[in-house]
Amino acid sequence: MASRGETLASAVTVGRPRTPPHRVGLVAGAGLAALAVALVAGVALGPVAIPPAETIAVLARRLLGLDLPVAVAPAVEAIVVDLRLPRVLTAMVVGAGLGIAGATLQGLLRNPLADPYVLGTASGAALGAAIAVLLPVRVLVLEFGLLHGLAFLGALGAIALVYRLARLTPLTPLTGLLLTGYAVGSLLAAGLAMAMYLSGTSLRQIFAYLLGGLDGASWLRLAVAAPLVLGAGLAMTARARALNGLLLGEEAATTLGIDVRRERALLLGLAALATAAAVAVAGLVGFVGLVVPHLVRLVVGPNARHVLPLSAIAGALLLVVADLGARLLGNLPVGVVTAVLGAPFFLALLRRTRAGYEL
Amino acid sequence: MTVAAASATAPPPAAGRGVPVLALEGVAAAYRQREVLVGIDLAVGAGERVALVGPNGAGKSTLLRVAAGVLLPTAGQVRLLGRPIGELDRVAVARRLAVVPQGASLPFAARVEEVVALGRLPHEHPLLGLGPADRAAVAAAIERVGIGHLVGRDARELSLGERQLVLLALAVAQGSPLLVLDEPTVHLDLRHQVEVMALLADLNDRDGTAVVAVLHDLRLAARFFPRIVVLDRGRVAADGAPGEVLGPELVRAVFGVDVEIALGTA
Repeated sequence: MASRGETLASAVTVGRPRTPPHRVGLVAGAGLAALAVALVAGVALGPVAIPPAETIAVLARRLLGLDLPVAVAPAVEAIVVDLRLPRVLTAMVVGAGLGIAGATLQGLLRNPLADPYVLGTASGAALGAAIAVLLPVRVLVLEFGLLHGLAFLGALGAIALVYRLARLTPLTPLTGLLLTGYAVGSLLAAGLAMAMYLSGTSLRQIFAYLLGGLDGASWLRLAVAAPLVLGAGLAMTARARALNGLLLGEEAATTLGIDVRRERALLLGLAALATAAAVAVAGLVGFVGLVVPHLVRLVVGPNARHVLPLSAIAGALLLVVADLGARLLGNLPVGVVTAVLGAPFFLALLRRTRAGYEL
Repeated sequence: MTVAAASATAPPPAAGRGVPVLALEGVAAAYRQREVLVGIDLAVGAGERVALVGPNGAGKSTLLRVAAGVLLPTAGQVRLLGRPIGELDRVAVARRLAVVPQGASLPFAARVEEVVALGRLPHEHPLLGLGPADRAAVAAAIERVGIGHLVGRDARELSLGERQLVLLALAVAQGSPLLVLDEPTVHLDLRHQVEVMALLADLNDRDGTAVVAVLHDLRLAARFFPRIVVLDRGRVAADGAPGEVLGPELVRAVFGVDVEIALGTA
């Protein structure tokens, strides 16, 4: 009914384009409010439940510098500050990075099936992590081990390789990227399979990386990953104009004033950076980067200027909730929970097109 | 008029007297090794209306792509309002020349007005997006092309003809002094063919927008375009008023068929 009324109203007000900014603001506000609630819940709930008042008191003091008149035991404060808060904030950063990178890659490749892992990043990161597990060397710099480093480099290296190889093909750029990404991804996956076959007792460690998880979250790791993800995310949002032009295809984007080749290289690099930072700290958390941008588009439409920041917010929200679920259900791999939470929600939304947008 | 004031945000300078909106000077173009255009010289003045006709594979679409800077010529030079296209950045080209895309597929759902608003990409604020002036231009373009009844609908659900009108509105919203169209009537019914032609004539007459359109229908070309350029195997075979150009001999030579084009105005 509502959508029908809307359509009629717009037919009457001829030619008044309605991409209501206030609605986008409303959605963003609701998303941020939900994120704040999820933050409190994520910190308060766990093996030791912390009352909401105390949770909020600690969060307010640590994050906002506000002193609330609530007594908090030092042990409780330690749980919040040392364990749960870095974990929840890391989940936010990782989810935001995967959401916004997915939105960028879907727009860039003009492909609804694209996700942050589509151009070989997942296989590259996984192979890097597996090699790190197999190597008899242990390095630790600022709490970052070989696994984090090689996963990060593997993700970036894979996408750089795909980009270079794709330019050597005579295919159109998008087809070239997708097919090259598939080929390189398969090759790296073969390497990963080999590494897993040879890993013996370390197999479980590699497998845990493939499923993703936030057990390794720490303040120091967060302090390195967060600026990378946020910086890349802001830079992608600033280039939303190029993604909007690409809605109509590469040639149309060119005639609309977009330097397609340059923007493609920049956006690919930024998306790869956000993805690599995310998978280095949290492993291959699946589903967030594929589904979140679609959910956002269903609500606010295709304008990348809105889709990118909202995908970051929604991705953060999804991963915080999924991680909370994973912890409460006895430390399941978070990737399993994102899929279990995300897939039915996604299917339900696919059936409803109230906002007038369909996939 | 100070030169310094003509910054990147200013609209392109109005075509001075005698400066063609579009000039192709000795342009050649090729796909890989295959030569498609050879030595094209063509100037389109401000406010002119030019139909580009010719058999399939004559190089009509290629000529438009070279003019729009999408395809680089292998020889010769393209000028937009006097400036070589190679000296202009993409936004500057887009402010001088608007292309009606020849059918575009959308990977995601988008409302008609959101598609039309893409025409403002060369004008809108790079970070903040559409401003009031942009919204007004979008509304005016929707009104002018007569697709107000399609506002709010998913552009992917529209018929091919309706989509063509939406893309035309996009190019109108772009507001460039030169409008370039490839087969603008191919999916349209007879009434809409005539309406689009009348709209192009109106944009041309009232706003002074120069129009270059590839057309297959020689009758439409003859009726609505004062100047016709016939392209054949990558060369300009004829250039002039319909009466001079579309004689039976030339049509036979270029198209390989015997027809007589009724050049009456009715």
